[in-house]
Amino acid sequence: MTIRHHISDQLLMGYSAGQLPEAFNLVVAVHLSMCDDCKSRLGAFDAVGGALMDDCDVAMAGDSLAATMDRLTRTTPAVPRRASSVLPSPLMDYIGGDLDAVKWRSIGMGVRQAILPTEKGATARLLYIPAGQKVPDHGHRGTELTLVLQGAFRDETDRFGPGDLEIADEDLNHQPIAEAGADCICLAATDAPLRFNGVLQRLAQPFFRI
Amino acid sequence: MLDFTPHQKADAQPPGQFYAVGGAPLCVRQKGLSVPSDTVEDDWGVLILKVRDNQDKAAFAALFRHFAPRIKGFLMKSGASASLAEECAQDVMATLWQKAHLFDPTRASAATWIFTIARNRRIDALRKSRRPEPEDLPWGPEAEPDQQDALELSQDTERLGAALALLPEKQRQLIERAYFGDLTHSEIAAETGLPLGTIKSRIRLALERLRHKMS
Ligand SMILES: [Zn+2]
Repeated sequence: MTIRHHISDQLLMGYSAGQLPEAFNLVVAVHLSMCDDCKSRLGAFDAVGGALMDDCDVAMAGDSLAATMDRLTRTTPAVPRRASSVLPSPLMDYIGGDLDAVKWRSIGMGVRQAILPTEKGATARLLYIPAGQKVPDHGHRGTELTLVLQGAFRDETDRFGPGDLEIADEDLNHQPIAEAGADCICLAATDAPLRFNGVLQRLAQPFFRI
Repeated sequence: MLDFTPHQKADAQPPGQFYAVGGAPLCVRQKGLSVPSDTVEDDWGVLILKVRDNQDKAAFAALFRHFAPRIKGFLMKSGASASLAEECAQDVMATLWQKAHLFDPTRASAATWIFTIARNRRIDALRKSRRPEPEDLPWGPEAEPDQQDALELSQDTERLGAALALLPEKQRQLIERAYFGDLTHSEIAAETGLPLGTIKSRIRLALERLRHKMS
């Protein structure tokens, strides 16, 4: 898999610092599961956190070491998680299973979505776009992250294949089209409701939470 | 809260199986000493390997004395009360003991790895939301950590810390806020009265300087 579109520095730093909304954390964690390059770049940001923490010395309570020693236990190390399908394990944790466990809802024109449970402030959802199908033309009020899990899509900016992450801000008004040949499955997160251009779609928005 | 299950003797490593890095020190400055001391900062990784391989409580105690006060301070700077920070710092150290098998000295220094545990604990405690973690990429059972890699990583991390310390005060404060405060870029701008663009470029500039120092 050749990934061409990676996580931006700003997002990686936000992930390292623990400042992203949960839905964004999920998209970043899934891309990191597919991309060793971004994992290495994340390491540099985590090292910044480690260095900053080094200067934060505050005395512990007198009995804290003994209290912690008393509760040291070790379980059998878990077998490293492996993805069994197109879905990396952090995503399977949120779905509660594999692709066949996804509860899809149709949002029209053959496009389906499934909202994943995350904290308020940003929304994560899976999108299923049949091969050759357009996703409604839309802009965003905030940031939209779209990570391709299977298949590929194109929009006005570029082509996005498996593992590619598109970071779209308010300035981008785009119409993704799934490539012919294979249905496209994406994980998307938005930190504000999408603003569909069509009136009908705007009316439908509160119902579908897209 | 963390979930602890009763300790089982069967989990102990078989005798004769020692450090994956050959038991040698991770730091050149150590000059041949095999027993790390509190005065040599780079040996924390070796102590974690002792915890991992031998369930070494003395090594754990040394790690605790160094890192627990820093975790507590980090959490307090992030807005936790002293008592919550104390409790969470203990949790983080207990997690270190429990998850020592996940520590890989070729991918993170001890301070870096412990920071990630502390950060995740902070998200649990202060935001009460889940923290999705990346999948561990398959390394293959024969892929032993390379001692040279671990050494280089440790040196790079040290350089990064030194570069951070040399940053102009204003830039350093902004990076601290991004890591400690639950502040977005816009909130930082509101607090300091500086426009968003200036803040972003300062953070970017500081990170570019850090990266430059690392290369
Ligand atoms: Zn990447």
